[in-house]
Amino acid sequence: MSQIQEKTEIVRIERLTDDVIRITIDAPEIAMSALPGQFVMIRMGNSSDPLLRRPFSISQTSNAGHIQILFKVVGRGTRYLAHCREGEYISVLGPLGQGFKIDMEKTSCLIGGGMGIAPLLFLGKRIRQKGLKVDPIVILGARTRAELLPLLTDFEQLDLKVHAATDDGSLGHHGLVTDVFKTIDPGPDCMTYVCGPKMMMAAVHLYCKKMEYSCQVSVETAMACGMGACLGCIVPAASGGYVHACSDGPVFDAEEIVWEI
Amino acid sequence: MSPKALNSSASVADLRVSLGDLKLKNPIMTASGTFGYGQEFVPYMNIHRLGAVVVKGISLFPRSGNPPPRIVETPCGMLNAIGLENVGVERFISEKIPALQAINVPVVVNILGDTVQEYSEITKRLADVEGIAAIEVNISCPNVKKGGVAFGSVPKMAEAVTKAVKENISVPVFVKLSPNVTDITEIGRAVEDGGADAVSLINTLIGMAIDHRTRRPVLANVFGGLSGPAIKPVAIRMVNLVAQAVSIPVIGIGGIETTEDVIEFLLAGATAVQLGTANFVNPRASEEAVEGLTQYVIDEKLLSVRELIGGLVLS
Repeated sequence: MSQIQEKTEIVRIERLTDDVIRITIDAPEIAMSALPGQFVMIRMGNSSDPLLRRPFSISQTSNAGHIQILFKVVGRGTRYLAHCREGEYISVLGPLGQGFKIDMEKTSCLIGGGMGIAPLLFLGKRIRQKGLKVDPIVILGARTRAELLPLLTDFEQLDLKVHAATDDGSLGHHGLVTDVFKTIDPGPDCMTYVCGPKMMMAAVHLYCKKMEYSCQVSVETAMACGMGACLGCIVPAASGGYVHACSDGPVFDAEEIVWEI
Repeated sequence: MSPKALNSSASVADLRVSLGDLKLKNPIMTASGTFGYGQEFVPYMNIHRLGAVVVKGISLFPRSGNPPPRIVETPCGMLNAIGLENVGVERFISEKIPALQAINVPVVVNILGDTVQEYSEITKRLADVEGIAAIEVNISCPNVKKGGVAFGSVPKMAEAVTKAVKENISVPVFVKLSPNVTDITEIGRAVEDGGADAVSLINTLIGMAIDHRTRRPVLANVFGGLSGPAIKPVAIRMVNLVAQAVSIPVIGIGGIETTEDVIEFLLAGATAVQLGTANFVNPRASEEAVEGLTQYVIDEKLLSVRELIGGLVLS
């Protein structure tokens, strides 16, 4: 097993918008073994409050041994991270969970919404490295142009064409990523990789079912340990009972889980 | 003293404690429900260095547990309502025990049931299984509707469950007590009368969290068990009370994260301790406590860690 707990240095903090932040961390062992769709648990300093680590998808790794995470400041944990400085050390546990299963035979379709775009960048990069015959289709959505543009640029640097959608119409399609998806014909052999808000993933899954596309989704839940011990991060399973987002997921075949919306 | 000399003397520090007939190489254990079935922690630490491992509570049949959300962070702690999700005793015996035996650490099996009969049956099933160092009887889970917690709050029932387990197995039996009672010493004495070899306390304190935006409870189960450093002062007091009320050893549990916390529980009267929520935050927490306690015994020139037990200085 390759998971470890690393004391890591924050090497770069980028404020992409007022509340969207990208942090680059020097974590060579995690960077070396991480797979797209896997996540890390980051401790919020050494205090007992906030007590628990927070899960973050890995949005990129580099050969220099860095990993990158992307987040929106939404609560106490992310606020803590947002106030960290370059050169500070944080405890990172990872890489955790089951990532995306890349299907080399099918046309890849990457659909991301908001912060859910993070793991798809790592996935897009890996798909590029593997050199699939057909270019992946990428559809990204966010609230505004300001939020989407810096994330979109990362994909364009991989020479991937991106279809954009924004809630306010300030960039690309004015509306949902599913609207955009419905206008694209990836051919019958399509593997869809989705990460974003639950409603968005459920809608994409529903459309995939109709079109008989395969669909993998990366889910997000509250999580205490990230390693299968606390049993707090359950998702209802299509076969009855529950699956655990941290150890069975966070990436699931969408057919395996039940959307509670 | 050079670091090398420190290391060599570290190996001779006497950290041994006894819980009934169970001899532990040190008093550091992991709390049930916070350490999975041990295997989950293999990548992060040397489990064999611990005094013992207490596994996730096992019932006669598998349980899927409560619906989500099951956990929420609270100030210096967390509420959980897992609802005793577990693989059931048969899969535990066939899959989990062999994996645990490979680690070479004493395994304490936490058991639970809805009726006295179920406690007897699960104990009988475990009686002939190799690789079990002790049983910990959960009579105190706050997160299931029936069973569990009733046994933990009525002295006569606590005694009856203890007897039912004790009669059916030869390894030491610990009983885990609930803090959600009027007088925990009364329950402690009752399980001692029932034949318990030790008591472990405290289980989680019942709590509730409300989301002011949705005006709904955060947990699907509405109530959950509070754990983490927030409950440490409550736990230390109860350990202190029970240690004076019973003559069997007390295993202290509740918000323990560091070596200092361990020492405080021993001073309060605990013979051994269990780390729980701390394992989620730092998977090496229990091993670090073993290292820290070893160093403390050396630095303080103690003959053994047992000098600390009940060593609280009053006035």
